[in-house]
Amino acid sequence: MAQDNDKNVETVDLSDVTVRFAGDSGDGMQLTGSQFSDTTALVGNDLSTLPDYPAEIRAPAGTLYGVSGFQLHFSSSDVFTPGDSPDVLVAMNPAALKINLKDIKPTATIIVNEDAFDAKNLQTAGWESNPLNDDTLAGYKVIRVPITTLTTNTLAETSLSTKEIVRCKNFFALGMMYWLYSRPLEPSMNWIASKFKNKPDIAEANQKVLKAGYYFGDSTEIFTTRYNVKPAKLPKGTYRSISGNEATALGFAAAAQLADLPLFLGSYPITPASDILHFLSSYKNYNVKTLQAEDEIAGISSAIGAAFGGSLAITTTSGPGMALKTEAMGLAVMTELPLVIVNVQRGGPSTGLPTKTEQADLLQSIYGRNGEAPMAVIAASTPSECFTMAIEASRLALKFMTPVILLTDGYIANGAEPWRVPEISELPKIEVKFRTDPEGYQPFSRDENLARPWVKPGTPGMEHRLGGLEKANITGNVSYDPDNHDNMIRIRAQKVKNMENDIPDLEVIGDQEGELLVLGWGGTFGSITEAMDKCKKNGVKVSQAHLRYLNPLPKNTEAVLRKFKNILIPEINMGQLARIIRSEFLIPVIQFNKMRGLPFKSSDIEEKISEILGGGNGK
Amino acid sequence: MANNIDAPEVKLKAKDFASDQDVRWCPGCGDYSILAQVQRSFPDIGVKKEDIVWVSGIGCSSRFPYYMNTYGFHSIHGRAAAIATGLKVSRPDLSVWVATGDGDNMSIGGNHFIHACRKNIDFKMLMFNNKIYGLTKGQYSPTSEKGKVTKSTPFGSVDYPFNPISLALGAGATFVARSMDRDPKHMQEMIKKAAEHKGIAFIEIFQNCNIFNDGAFELFTDKETKEDNVVYLVHDQPMVFGKEKNKGIKLDGFNPVVVDLNDGKHSINDLLVHKEDDESPTRSFILSHLTDSDGFPKPVGIFRRILKPTYDEGVQNQLEYITEKKGKGKLVDLLKGKNTWEVN
Repeated sequence: MAQDNDKNVETVDLSDVTVRFAGDSGDGMQLTGSQFSDTTALVGNDLSTLPDYPAEIRAPAGTLYGVSGFQLHFSSSDVFTPGDSPDVLVAMNPAALKINLKDIKPTATIIVNEDAFDAKNLQTAGWESNPLNDDTLAGYKVIRVPITTLTTNTLAETSLSTKEIVRCKNFFALGMMYWLYSRPLEPSMNWIASKFKNKPDIAEANQKVLKAGYYFGDSTEIFTTRYNVKPAKLPKGTYRSISGNEATALGFAAAAQLADLPLFLGSYPITPASDILHFLSSYKNYNVKTLQAEDEIAGISSAIGAAFGGSLAITTTSGPGMALKTEAMGLAVMTELPLVIVNVQRGGPSTGLPTKTEQADLLQSIYGRNGEAPMAVIAASTPSECFTMAIEASRLALKFMTPVILLTDGYIANGAEPWRVPEISELPKIEVKFRTDPEGYQPFSRDENLARPWVKPGTPGMEHRLGGLEKANITGNVSYDPDNHDNMIRIRAQKVKNMENDIPDLEVIGDQEGELLVLGWGGTFGSITEAMDKCKKNGVKVSQAHLRYLNPLPKNTEAVLRKFKNILIPEINMGQLARIIRSEFLIPVIQFNKMRGLPFKSSDIEEKISEILGGGNGK
Repeated sequence: MANNIDAPEVKLKAKDFASDQDVRWCPGCGDYSILAQVQRSFPDIGVKKEDIVWVSGIGCSSRFPYYMNTYGFHSIHGRAAAIATGLKVSRPDLSVWVATGDGDNMSIGGNHFIHACRKNIDFKMLMFNNKIYGLTKGQYSPTSEKGKVTKSTPFGSVDYPFNPISLALGAGATFVARSMDRDPKHMQEMIKKAAEHKGIAFIEIFQNCNIFNDGAFELFTDKETKEDNVVYLVHDQPMVFGKEKNKGIKLDGFNPVVVDLNDGKHSINDLLVHKEDDESPTRSFILSHLTDSDGFPKPVGIFRRILKPTYDEGVQNQLEYITEKKGKGKLVDLLKGKNTWEVN
């Protein structure tokens, strides 16, 4: 694609780059970032992304609170996080510069749309003088590009309105970045063609601007160096780029096929979980039915109805929706029906931070219901692991005939990474047997796992009634008998506990005993792993374990923890796993908690580790 | 499992629909009549016992599924319509019935009710309206008349009641009817017609709570007063009522008026002829508000019965259409998505 020219451009190989695109929430930064990510994945880099956007859809232009960002970390080796601090910032306006300046590396490159640095925008963003003209940006490599003007010039001959023309400017920035990091244009050219196939003039305009941005890099004297990041050495296979929410949706579609069941999703739209509903609603030819319910309660209630009817039934939500579904979860526990509840956690309490991440619903998930309502809780730790854990949640729910909560979070749900597409033969088998033999049938008889039989309505001779009232064990008749109630509480608890025999042990990465174990769960995996990598490089001895099963905990959890002198638990909450570990095992732990709506910086974890080891290296 | 393909079809009886559980409503409760009418009607609706599911919420009425020898689900307060929705959408082959009450369905479950009506989910709902909270021992309900003195409103309630028929019509229900616990034949007819209907069928049943709201519907059920206070809605028939069949309902513009057929000024030809299948729900609305002022009889029967595609069949059709168009999906294609690359 690159043209020959006289410009003397040097290409430098880099191993690792973090880029952040930032602009107004209407500037198309999420799109730009995800296009750059997809192309970067296609050329074979490992990567991790962090979309970071406001809850407002189109906040007033130029404001600080309207800034939308998309961070991307790509590398020729393994990537675990979206990067602590960007090497490159693309700032489409003064507000984007102001918001992001504090996060970037002191030596970072800043590419700005200088057209946007007018008096009004500067004032709206609270700059007293133009930072491009004073020493605010001293030390940074600042590249000023009149992106709006160049976009307008490119499209001067078209019939598009000024508004439509200006809206194309993100593709100029994208084209420039493609040139700078030696990425091909074709994937985004194709994407534009397919996205705007019904609006050919818009498609053509965006493609023109994308190319213009690329050629601008090629021809202008502003850029004297371009960079290349070689493909990462990933295990052999077919790869695609995947976000956590899409992986979750795929996992359930896969689980339903593995179990040979129809899939039913009852859900009410909520940020950041709605994408799971969007994806599943497009899988119609995979025997997937989705119901956009009138509210969160109807979302789970309809799923419970579908579970009774013999579907693999799921409901998806985020924190506030979890709160609303609580009573119905108790009903699923009581009726012993298989159901998966997905909570894509976000900042709370109440409406909290809808577009930001947090891990503060763990205790709610395990304990947050009236009565003794034991709930299996598992958590995905990376975007692609959402796939595996969605299958695992389904498998456990179906095998043990009880609801299971799958926790993800806003960070891994929206973040993307390359994913090796598994062979179908690598996926677990899920065996479901509906009982059809009325001979000796009792609705609450139990198998070796204490699961009761699943009988679909429509099966002759097996008419039975379920309900929220306490049932007599075996017969399933309503029972107020004191001993039966005591027994049933214990049975329901034991059934969940029995899952510990069906789940993998907790694995320790690094030495199996020592001074310090960093214990994590859920979306902190990337940050912790990157911190571990750095510690290892610096000769610091520290081990890592990551919990995917929160209730029940893996059987060897206590044994693992007792081998270490110190246990550090970093969590994006006030110490919810820490509380569980203390109360379950009476083992003291060290908490590390930050609730900033963002994933941990690996450097923060690294510093905490040093602090615990008191300057020693853990040996 | 027995092979009964060749077995002659055995006609079920009312008792075949009775479960082995003891019925635990208060003696004298109107619920007994409703249970009896359902059990008597069901042999005639042409659905196999195993294909019927009763779903309920919470309240006296919601114990209903335990007493029916069909599949059943006694759920949580207000959510029966939502659970029935998920069941019917995922299993369009089943005949899904909901038993609910005025508290369960008009108060805590109001949202699910209106959306089930709006979506025209193909389930049948019997709402036992006793205008009181029975199971919690006597608080006023969303259908209690204003000024109702109860345990929670010792000086009289100050809020206005819902008109369930009007609410169902407003939410777009395709079958809306009313019956009474003390009118067994009529109730059986309504149940059978609801069973025939494709789409949501809502039947409000006046049900006497002899413990906490005794006599609430006596005016409409007592032999002495019934005929002057109830008008039976019959499709294509003029609206005549009264002991002597001497009174009728006439529309004066949008306003209903009661006329005397013996006054020499009015004949049967002046009366409103009831149409269940009116394209517009306007006249059904007028009828639903008939008793808002004194002197009007309470309409009982089918207010509205129209056909339009149901949500559950829409979902099923879409699934089948897309599957035919795109072909049955292969998991491996779904997992790969549109853009993949190879690492060797």
